[in-house]
Amino acid sequence: VRGVSVPRSPPGRRARLSTPGTSRLSSAAREELRRRLLGLIEGHRVVIFSKSYCPHSARVKELFSSLGVDCNILELDQVDDGASVQEVLSEITNQRTVPSIFVNKVHVGGCDRTFQAHQSGVLQKLLQEDPTYDYDLIVIGGGSGGLSCAQEAAALGRRVMVLDLVVPSPQGTSWGVAGTCVNVGCVPKKLMHQAALLGQALTDSRKFGWECSQQVKHNWETMTEAIQKHVGSLNRSYQRALREKAVAYVNSYGEFVEHHKIKATNGKGQETYYTAAKFVIATGERPRYLGIQGDKEYCITSDDLFSLPYCPGATLVVGASSVALECAGFLAGLGLEVTVMVSSQLLRGFDQEMAEKVASSMQQLGVRFLRKFVPVELQQLEKGSPGKLKVVAKSTEGTEMIEGLYNTVLLAIGRDSCTKKIGLEKIGVKVNEKTGKIPVNDVEQSSVPYVYAVGDVVEGQTELTPVAVQAGRLLARRLFGGRLEKVTGTVQLVQKLSSLYKEEPVKRRSPWTPTLASLLQVYHTLFWPLEWTVACRDSNTCYAKIICSKLDNDRVIGFHVLGPKAGEITQGFAAAMKCGLTKQLLDDTIGIHPTCAQVFTTLETTKSSGLDITQKGC
Amino acid sequence: MHQAALLGGMIHDASHYGWKVAQPPHDWGKMAEAVQNHVKSLNWGHRVQLQDRKVKYFNFKASFVNPHMVCGVSKGGEETLLSADHIVIATGGRPRYPTHIEGALEYGITSDDIFWLKESPGKTLVVGASYVALECAGFLTGLGLDTTVMIRSVPLRAFDQQMASLVTEHMAVHGTRILRGCTPLRVERLSDGRLQVTWVDLASDKKDTGTFDTVLWAVGRVPETRGLNLEKAGVRTNPNTQKILVDAQEATSVPHIYAIGDVAEGRPELTPTAIMAGRLLAQRLCSRSSDLMDYDNVPTTVFTPLEYGCVGLSEEEAVARHGEERVEVYHAYYKPLEFVVPERDASQCYIKMVCLREPPQLVLGLHFLGPNAGEVTQGFALGIKCGASYQHVMRTVGIHPTCAEEVAKLRISKRSGLDPTVTGC
Repeated sequence: VRGVSVPRSPPGRRARLSTPGTSRLSSAAREELRRRLLGLIEGHRVVIFSKSYCPHSARVKELFSSLGVDCNILELDQVDDGASVQEVLSEITNQRTVPSIFVNKVHVGGCDRTFQAHQSGVLQKLLQEDPTYDYDLIVIGGGSGGLSCAQEAAALGRRVMVLDLVVPSPQGTSWGVAGTCVNVGCVPKKLMHQAALLGQALTDSRKFGWECSQQVKHNWETMTEAIQKHVGSLNRSYQRALREKAVAYVNSYGEFVEHHKIKATNGKGQETYYTAAKFVIATGERPRYLGIQGDKEYCITSDDLFSLPYCPGATLVVGASSVALECAGFLAGLGLEVTVMVSSQLLRGFDQEMAEKVASSMQQLGVRFLRKFVPVELQQLEKGSPGKLKVVAKSTEGTEMIEGLYNTVLLAIGRDSCTKKIGLEKIGVKVNEKTGKIPVNDVEQSSVPYVYAVGDVVEGQTELTPVAVQAGRLLARRLFGGRLEKVTGTVQLVQKLSSLYKEEPVKRRSPWTPTLASLLQVYHTLFWPLEWTVACRDSNTCYAKIICSKLDNDRVIGFHVLGPKAGEITQGFAAAMKCGLTKQLLDDTIGIHPTCAQVFTTLETTKSSGLDITQKGC
Repeated sequence: MHQAALLGGMIHDASHYGWKVAQPPHDWGKMAEAVQNHVKSLNWGHRVQLQDRKVKYFNFKASFVNPHMVCGVSKGGEETLLSADHIVIATGGRPRYPTHIEGALEYGITSDDIFWLKESPGKTLVVGASYVALECAGFLTGLGLDTTVMIRSVPLRAFDQQMASLVTEHMAVHGTRILRGCTPLRVERLSDGRLQVTWVDLASDKKDTGTFDTVLWAVGRVPETRGLNLEKAGVRTNPNTQKILVDAQEATSVPHIYAIGDVAEGRPELTPTAIMAGRLLAQRLCSRSSDLMDYDNVPTTVFTPLEYGCVGLSEEEAVARHGEERVEVYHAYYKPLEFVVPERDASQCYIKMVCLREPPQLVLGLHFLGPNAGEVTQGFALGIKCGASYQHVMRTVGIHPTCAEEVAKLRISKRSGLDPTVTGC
């Protein structure tokens, strides 16, 4: 050991070196050790966690020696609690092996990454004397992931800045702080969905004795005003929270100009430069356009829909994503004529049986589907609010062409990451050229050690607000040391869980499909919600299905429900799946009567039996 | 009928969401007919199922002759003797009438009647503090009727008391008149046909009267054991409750006679528990399985206007069993997103999760007050059955934006004293 005092375990808690991975530390001792390690890392320019016999450690030590840099080296095999140190270290870095190298508080990685960093010049940059930066952390992008990360880091006492500027959509729509979810995503979407559900409730209510008039009209402006009012209040509450937590929120566009330095350009084009020790990219995504003439001029996207100042009228929704189907669903529910044009698969990534059932339930609502067509030509026939557009579409399977007239064309064909114009190439952050997304390791670190990414820009990340929020918060805690037990490995758990919605993943993606299918047991049923019976709604629309692994004690590995309150129902089952839910436990659990959720406690019919699952009406 | 009342609220909301609709009047007769038609179709369905499975169904009133023989009396008074190896008593219970109160039986109705009324009950006094009382008072208020609940002591006695008081607070804010610490003395019919109720305030001993169209008793239920001639079979009951004493196998004091459902002593009076207990009993009787019914952690939901779902221990019960120092309660006041546009009051939307304090903080109970509480609670009930810890729940990704996700975001402990109001997204 050179130049460090070794953190010692309390007596009687000595970990054995030969049992890596088994935790013998009490949580208090663990917390203490973690604190000391972070102190060690933060208090020294270079810290190498090493083992005296490890050849890779030796190479790294030689490298720093050749650079003439003094290092603090902790030889884990020569201290009493080396195994505990390694364990806690792996929780901090998610790297289990030695050597593990920190330069100016940044975890560079192991031997290979250190040599790569040396080759690319990043290591030298990190080593620069006395790096005094304006901020400990600059977050680019003020959406769900970015804000949660910034607020958590600020709560941990760091100097934090958020750069956030919304580039207006081609239609000129712009919005405030808090990103897609709050402004042009989950929140307004759910409210419009609710408006559509209330339309259905009005119809139902007549059967329940309420004497509503037969033809209730909907007013688009009243709805959008109410929704925008709520969004505005959320924007203000986010700004207040940022102020209270002393996060510097700057309404400017961030772009890297050199290592640790960023240019912030505000709406008036004024430029300011800031530096920071660490950066988090949380710029998210924006809707994609078709790439045909007139698309940006005449079409709208989900960026525009929720604040559209006029009712869109007869609408063509292009796309098969959840955004496309959700928008089509509520527009139809509000009484509009809606057509959905789908080029190939519906709801890719989701269980395809469920996807088809979603589509047929929408057809019942009056939504028209044009399958296997793509728009090739747009023509504006009339201007106005809304105007009139002619859309020519071509079959994806042949030469057939079709034409249609619509008031509005809403594109929902996918989203592109905002990684192109933020100067990532200047500092060498790798971006996947195909997807535009940023590959990160399991602690959200990009190819440049001091640059991290969270949310929808991350490659392989599930594009969901709660995933981004949790990832952002955990990242801040890992970077700036918060409580221990919530930090480890959670993000992977997060990702596993969100595949809950997607389904029969094993069956579809595995190379051993034929055998694997026989290892799964699928239980399913159609069901008729009690509140639908009196309202005389269809008795065979709602569907419940679980997928169990026969190998693993009939553990539930997939959960699907199509019907009212699906989100409210699914949440608790998701928690139960995290605790190892099995079919037996479902059977042993008492249903809450009368609910839709209780149907999962009485699933009897397997799909393989081929037995009838239809529900009899009155 | 709860759904009908909720729809009334939705019609109110709808105008805020852009639907051009004014609050319409409600037609009780139309609702009752639709509800009754559905119930009749269920009756029919049960009959058909029994037939399909070759169960003989006798429309008889039964009583024991000896431990192996039952006498059935048809509507016409004809008697039939039936014998069996095993006999299951599942006669359930009926609402109790407070017969010591003058006019109670003559002029009052119970939950056995309310759903079958062809005409609106009008201005109604509901007497009782059970969930039946609160649920009925809740939907009557929601249908636009002038409704009063009279509660002698505490509402929802066996439930978590903080939740219970939020439930009644919500009802009071939304138009149900609540008379606490009062008990009725007599009911009289006035010359105009209306009912005059006299009650006493137990604290002040002051008497008061009020006039109602309907008086609904919801003061508990009596098990249907009296007409069974149980003594002829030797089946023992609890003399206080009149319920049949049973063991873990659901067997009574006579080994081949069993009792399940509301008629059995110490069982929760809930449909799904009765169904499951019946199924498991049948499986044991046919030697298909030896599984016993697990009566722990039974989830349930009270369908008051703001629904209350719960599973596991109440806060009081957890503290009683484990001690205050060993219990950690996480809680939150939240606002359902769908409430914001119609500017609905969410002051009583509240969640609490009762956990052991020691890591990994096993979840002992979950209490959820808000819309769709039943749907929300069901899945978490499974989590508790799987041995979920606080950490497990926190590591579950929320489904955004739902009310259920607030459960996975409970970060404020009661002990911390921090404000548990959820802000932002």
